[in-house]
Amino acid sequence: MPIDASLVGRAFPPTQPYPVTSEAVTAFAAAIGAGAPVASVPPTFPIVVTFAALQDFLAAQQVELSRIIHGDQRFRYERPVEVGDELTATLTVTGVRSIGGNDIVSTASEITDAAGSLVCTATATLVHRGAA
Amino acid sequence: MMATLTPGAALEPITYEITRADLAAYAVASGDHNPIHQDEEIAIAVGLPGVIAHGMYTLALVGRAVAQWTGGAEVVEIGAKFVQPVVVPAEGSARVTVAGTVGERTDAGLLPLSLEVTADGTKVLGAPRAAVRA
Repeated sequence: MPIDASLVGRAFPPTQPYPVTSEAVTAFAAAIGAGAPVASVPPTFPIVVTFAALQDFLAAQQVELSRIIHGDQRFRYERPVEVGDELTATLTVTGVRSIGGNDIVSTASEITDAAGSLVCTATATLVHRGAA
Repeated sequence: MMATLTPGAALEPITYEITRADLAAYAVASGDHNPIHQDEEIAIAVGLPGVIAHGMYTLALVGRAVAQWTGGAEVVEIGAKFVQPVVVPAEGSARVTVAGTVGERTDAGLLPLSLEVTADGTKVLGAPRAAVRA
């Protein structure tokens, strides 16, 4: 099912606040082989919150996850993420285009803390591979 | 293995291994349970060469390299395009190498790192970039 181009500019509802626990950070660091003790939160850790926002979006579009390829991802930080933060992502669709039967969806997610201050901006492109 | 962070300085390449077990642990830790990172049949059915690493796994390795080179400096920016899949075999591991050069300090006082990320000699990340406060 193609991605609806009229979604461009739409902001989706914020994700549920995500508490950054030392357990979650340690598990993430262990999975990427960074090991313990964890001196600081890995810089790609906010993908956890970003991915939740992307999944909500894909579910709303009834898109099968296995047909999605991550095209690109960038994080720009206002401040480092710390254990104890409570993060929320608000995703906006910034572009939809179709190339060779694939839909390319550009998104920007603002990740804010419990006080509502911007912690980081995550931009992502998702490629929805059409049926072969 | 902290590097000397002067503009133009080469950052010593670091090679990391990725196994299927790493991908399974990463799926749980990140919440990304896309079956193309776990299940060979599904990956091939959607036209991939096999089980591939999460693009974000490879980018996380860039984060590790930056931390090693800079002694854990604050990362202000990190990102890349995922231009080639990193195929992870059922047995053994995929090997990803992160290399780089220190860029010119920006007006904002940040140190950009220009990077090259390869698997078996093939660039797997496009325009990989990181900037640190160091």
